[in-house]
Parts: sequence; structure tokens; C-alpha cells
Amino acid sequence: MKDTLALLQKFNAHPDSRCWYVAWNPKGTLLASCGGDRAIRIWGREGDSWECKTVLQDGHQRAVRKVAWSPCGNYLASASFDATTCIWKKKNDDFECLTVLEGHENEVKCAAWAPSGNLLATCSRDKSVWIWEVDEEDEYECVSVVNSHTQDAKHVVWHPTQELLASCSYDNNVCVYKEEDDDWECRATLEGHTSTVWGLTFDPSGQRLASCSDDRTVKIWKECQPGGGQGTDTAWKCVCTLSGFHGRTVYDIAWCPLTGALATACGDDGVRVFKEDETADPDQPVFSLSAHVPKAHSQDVNCIAWNPKEAGLLVSRSDNGEIAVWNYQSEV
Amino acid sequence: MSGGARLENANPLIFQRTGERLQTANDEDEDVADPIDDREIFDLIRSINDPEHPLSLEELNVVEQVRVRVDDQENAVGVEFTPAIPHCSMATLIGLSIKVKLLRSLPERFKIDVHITPGTHASEDAVNKQLADKERVAAALENSQLLEVVNQCLISNARTG
Repeated sequence: MKDTLALLQKFNAHPDSRCWYVAWNPKGTLLASCGGDRAIRIWGREGDSWECKTVLQDGHQRAVRKVAWSPCGNYLASASFDATTCIWKKKNDDFECLTVLEGHENEVKCAAWAPSGNLLATCSRDKSVWIWEVDEEDEYECVSVVNSHTQDAKHVVWHPTQELLASCSYDNNVCVYKEEDDDWECRATLEGHTSTVWGLTFDPSGQRLASCSDDRTVKIWKECQPGGGQGTDTAWKCVCTLSGFHGRTVYDIAWCPLTGALATACGDDGVRVFKEDETADPDQPVFSLSAHVPKAHSQDVNCIAWNPKEAGLLVSRSDNGEIAVWNYQSEV
Repeated sequence: MSGGARLENANPLIFQRTGERLQTANDEDEDVADPIDDREIFDLIRSINDPEHPLSLEELNVVEQVRVRVDDQENAVGVEFTPAIPHCSMATLIGLSIKVKLLRSLPERFKIDVHITPGTHASEDAVNKQLADKERVAAALENSQLLEVVNQCLISNARTG
């Protein structure tokens, strides 16, 4: 493999506790991390190293599972095991807690902003997905509660340009949601994985969805219009399955919006990057393993994220509290 | 735990405890690295208390040394446990206690898999899936009541060693 994944830096973000998630801000200049210590840390680059700029404590009573930046970069949503989602507003270098969204019955597993910035989705172990609307006065209102999963909902992700939402679950399925008459409904259920689906990511164009699972595979799904193409119902088909690459559960997957490379975070401590074969039929894509770091961390890799502005810059997160920053180079 | 006066498994079969481990010359030698082996894992889990009876998991034959698999090089530990009765509602709790004991005792490099011995429990797939889901396990352990119950199982008392 001529493609390389080189380690740029490793630092310990959440001492003595697990790091659950890390997210780049839309400009690609800051990293927000969260963990078992109930805190959120904001990191900024100082020359060649990363420094902790702010620590947001006291927002949650239990572990913070995920954080998400709003598309404008001024707000942060944090999803916690304490069943709440906290919305933070950026004020200079600090963040202040604007509001706390309650309603889920138990742990909130994920929060995600729609590309418009007006909608926020959250999902929980209570099996539901909630959609919230935010207005110009920063008021949040829950507009829909969808119960399409039969078990914990693990992750939600929005389409890069349209108001289309996808969620994945402990029930082994992926659900796709669209708004119909002011209400959000599940439009398609993607079955195929044989165990919990942990992560989801859309490709840069939004035509395909990649999912990763405890069954150690990654599946690529494509939306196809059933004959006629005018109907409101859509069907998603699994067009590719990547199996045999991962030794244990694949916890997270990220599709680079700039290069189209697909990165995975795995419970076997490894980080992998897959590249798509340009010559393959778009309805039968072929992906090959482009780069692999087997012992990227000394424990499970929980999260992986591409920098939205700098091609090839990748960050991974591990159970031991470490964040690693990588540079991916592809010989094309 | 909400429990009536009636125990689920009122008359459990009690098994003989294995004796203490015999020290070999290599064990005493400071210069020889001690790989972690199945006996060591078994020693960690054998005295875990059963949630219902004042007996250890070893005495109830819920854990046996032959059902422990360790690969020190690959950093993997697998433990199969056998609930005393096929509809045992404590199975998840017992599995969680085993998992927590190992997570607290072993070096961080180890991947720990705890399963129900195949064919011995009515809901083994569901229990296995829960025990394998680290997010669920982490959230459960943040529940102070559940954590207290698990800690009670893990208290070693003089009798069971």
C-alpha cells in the first residue's frame, strides 16, 4: 500500500476516564472532546501541538457520550447518560450553557445538527429519536418523537444537504426519516447487519450511507428509486459489504467530505482507511483497504473524524483517554 | 433487588472448591515474566458471590477453570459462565460481576469477553449481547444502585477466600 497514515500527535484528553467522542468544528480549527469524567474539552492548535482552551464542567451529572457543533460553529450540543442534551453557546473563547433539553427517558446517545442549523436530532437508549426545532431566539421545541427502533438508538446523522435523517440501533437496523406534513416519519428501514449498528456517515454527495457494526462489517447503502421515480417512498439497498477487515466491533465510521476516503475506528485498537475504486460501477462500488494502523491506540478506538477543511487530517479517540491526530496521504 | 421470600434456585447443587495453586520454581523466579494464564483468571472470578446464596460462583459451578480462555499475546480473555438454572434472572447480573471484576483486575490491554455457556440459558443471546455492549455496561455501572449490588457480589469474605 503506497498510501500512508502517519501519526502527527497523541495527547491525553480526559485523564483517568474514557474518551467517548471527538468532533471538529465546521472551520476545522477546534476539537471538542467529551468523556466519562462528565466534562467537555475544547482544543485548539498552538503551532504543532494541541492545547486545551476550555473545560466545560457542571453541564451534566453523568458521562457525556457525544458532542456536536452547529453548522455555524457557534453552538455545541452535548448528549449525556444523564438523559439530557445541553446546548452551549460560544462567547469569545468560552461557552455558556444556554439550555438543557429534557425528555428522553434514559441515556441520550447522540445529538446532531441539520445542515440548515434549525433542527437538532437526539436519540436514546429509550429507543426513540427526537427532532427539535430552534428559532431565532434560541428557543428549542420538540417537533417530533419517532419510535422506529425496537432497541436503543445509538447514533443519528443528517444528510449533508437535505433534511433527511438516519439513525442506527442495537436492534441491528438503520432507519431513514423524512418530514411529511410537519411530522417526521421513518421512510425506510435498512436491514442487513447481524448485530448492533454503532455508527453512520453519509458520503460527500449524500447519495450513499455507510454503516458500521458489532458484526465487524461496514455496509454501504444507496438510495434507489423504485420504478417510476415519482413516489415519495424510497428504498435503500446495500450495495457493498466490507468484511474480513476488522478484528472486533467497528465503533465509528467517517466519510471524508473532501477526498471521499472512508475511515473506521475499531475495538481491536486499529484505525483503517478505505478508498473507493474510481472505475467501479456506481451501483456496485468497490472499496479497498488503503491504510491501516493496527495498534493506533492501546485500547479500543471509539471515534474517528475527518477535518472538514484540511484534506487528510484525521483524529481518533480511545478508551484510554487519548486523542491521536493523523495525516492520511493517498497516492492517486 | 425486589425479591419475594422465595429464592429462584432454592436447593442449589454445591461443588467442591479447587485447592490453592501450587507454586512452581518459575513462579518464584523474579526474572521470568509471568504470562497471565487461565488459572489466574479463574482465581480472580471463583470467589465472586452469587447474588442469591451465600456461596461463590465456583461452589455453584457457575464458573469453571476449563471455561476460561486466555491468550496473553493477543491480549484476549474469554470466560464462559453457566447459570445454575436455565431461566435464571440473575444471569445478566452474574455476567456483569464477572466482567467488572476482570476489568478492575486486569491490565488495560486486555479485551474481556464474557458469555453464557452455549445451550445453558433461555435468553443467552440477549444476555451475551448486553454484556458485549460497552456503552450499556458503562451506563449500567453509573447507576449507583446496580453498582452497589455488583460490589456486594465482589466483596470477598473470609469463608470463600
